[in-house]
Amino acid sequence: MEGRVPACGWGSAAGGGDASPIRSNRRAGVIVEFLLYGIINSITLSLLSLGFTLVYSISRLPNFAHGALYITSGYIVWLLLNRLGLPYPIAVVIGILATGFIGALIYRFILIRIRGMEISEIIATYAIGLAIIEGLRWGGLRGMTFTLPPFFPGSVILAGVSVDYQRLSIVAIGALTFLGLYLFTHFNKLGLALRGIAQDERAAMMLGIDSDMTAVVSLAIGSGLAAFAAILLLPLGNIVVEAGYSVLIYAIAVCIIGGLGSWGGAIVGAFIIGFAQILTEAFLSSHFQMVVALLAIIVTLLLKPSGLFGKQKELEERV
Amino acid sequence: MRRKERIDRGIKVRTEGIYAISSMREILYLLGPRLLLIVGLILLPFILQLAPYWARVVNIMCVYALVALSFDFLANYVGLVCLGGGFFVGVGGYLSAIFNTYLGIPFYLSIPLATVFGAFLCTLLFLPCLPLRGVYFAIVTLMYPLLLTRIIEAFDILGGTNGISGVDSFPNQYVEHYAIIVVLLLVLFGLRRFVNQDIGLVLRGVKDNDQSVRASGINVTHMKALAVFISAGIGCFGGAYLVHLYMWAGISLFALDFSIIPIAAVVIGGGGTLVGAVVGTFILVPLSEALRNLGTFRIVIYCVALTAFIVLKSEGIMVYLQRKYHQFERWVKV
Repeated sequence: MEGRVPACGWGSAAGGGDASPIRSNRRAGVIVEFLLYGIINSITLSLLSLGFTLVYSISRLPNFAHGALYITSGYIVWLLLNRLGLPYPIAVVIGILATGFIGALIYRFILIRIRGMEISEIIATYAIGLAIIEGLRWGGLRGMTFTLPPFFPGSVILAGVSVDYQRLSIVAIGALTFLGLYLFTHFNKLGLALRGIAQDERAAMMLGIDSDMTAVVSLAIGSGLAAFAAILLLPLGNIVVEAGYSVLIYAIAVCIIGGLGSWGGAIVGAFIIGFAQILTEAFLSSHFQMVVALLAIIVTLLLKPSGLFGKQKELEERV
Repeated sequence: MRRKERIDRGIKVRTEGIYAISSMREILYLLGPRLLLIVGLILLPFILQLAPYWARVVNIMCVYALVALSFDFLANYVGLVCLGGGFFVGVGGYLSAIFNTYLGIPFYLSIPLATVFGAFLCTLLFLPCLPLRGVYFAIVTLMYPLLLTRIIEAFDILGGTNGISGVDSFPNQYVEHYAIIVVLLLVLFGLRRFVNQDIGLVLRGVKDNDQSVRASGINVTHMKALAVFISAGIGCFGGAYLVHLYMWAGISLFALDFSIIPIAAVVIGGGGTLVGAVVGTFILVPLSEALRNLGTFRIVIYCVALTAFIVLKSEGIMVYLQRKYHQFERWVKV
């Protein structure tokens, strides 16, 4: 693989262990490369965490099955492509819809019964996620043979730095997704209902918005977004089950830094972690990418649990 | 319209007071279930001498039971949901391995030392996150074992991914069995006593309404630190024992197994009963050994059982059994 910045383990197992991404001889190239790959990495992270933060902000459910849904959708698309031989665009659409449907089912049949019991919610979603991931591993999702083809093969030289089209498309599509989500939640009846529940559940329920309905929709959209991220990012590496765990950790890291339940915060958090990761990778080694994310979670929770833009009151999360 | 009514059995009411020692029947009513567990557990290695492989499973089962007890205590009596049981096991295990191989301390000293120092270390590391609540505490504790694993891998310290090998084993089979069985029984009954003392009441107050505990002039963080110290000590002992059993310490001590199986055991056995945690492990671990050739599918089984119990039967086996033991039911007209 020519891309010198490994795909941070979205697909392949925890960093490729390539040489340092920054060449020492060209100064300007270094800065451009740093900025470019920093932005790509940040957008990637924010795409990964978008589904998680959306579900939490609307229905206050910490969806610990997020990483599992991410990897499931990749596997579904792979199956549709290679076993059924469907065309790529159709497989992608079916993959996103199917994952969204799984998310809705998880809420409708399991989470609805334990809503409001925080401990049970965490344990149940975590258990569902583990069951999916380990089930896939048992079912044969092992090794490096599972790959999705990139949508846009080839690469381009930008200011002396080579970038493949797939990574560039992530930036563009990621930005479009944020825009689309903004428009959906501000100019659509369903989106406004979701936002209403997120802001004040009781008032929204008094106005006739069904809390369970919005929770089903939020889980479906959140899972669909996880699938969307998977389909964009998995072509950069292999589909391996371990990514399910790392995606969950990155999603949590981003959301915690930005403040659980804050969408703008999630994007800011993604940029902070994204650039921090690129920096550590340049100066230390790619092993430290995960350490950065984990440390970020712990340090944020210790210093300011509500994150940078958290809306929750300090008293709710601290004694 | 009829509804079911539950009434305490007469014998239960009698045995709660001075009449507990009035007749053999009352004494047996109280002691029976306890003796069943104690004697059964002590005899288990003798019975299983016919099947040496399963005798070894008993040891591992007891380690899981200890970790489950520490989770149950922390979650249901103090209200701190610690998803990283593996962290305690790993810290205790690594400390014991370091004491034993690097410093040459024999096993009968290295295990207690690792327990105390491990509990101290874990409490120290958890101290900053003790003010956190609910989801936040769960997330932080989930991250701790992962972080330590990554740090050991990245810096290649403490044997890196190969781990520390050459740890002393136990001198004979009986020490191996009874070291853990006796400790398990002591911890189980000790904890039950502990939570019924005044301090246990304060800890439950921390869980249910920490503001009122604070208003009573008790430092909430101190109480939580004490609870974490106890819980971490239990987990660290499990880890230290395990290292001497396997004669090896590695990052697999921090693995998910030690975090998820105890949680599943507590939920299945019945949270908040302490003995439920032990019963849950005694069901789950042999089951998982019997299904060993299914590989990672076992985790799927755990997780499905866990979810099913949370959703359908959240009280757990032990609470159900206790109800049947102490109460009878009848239909009454409304």
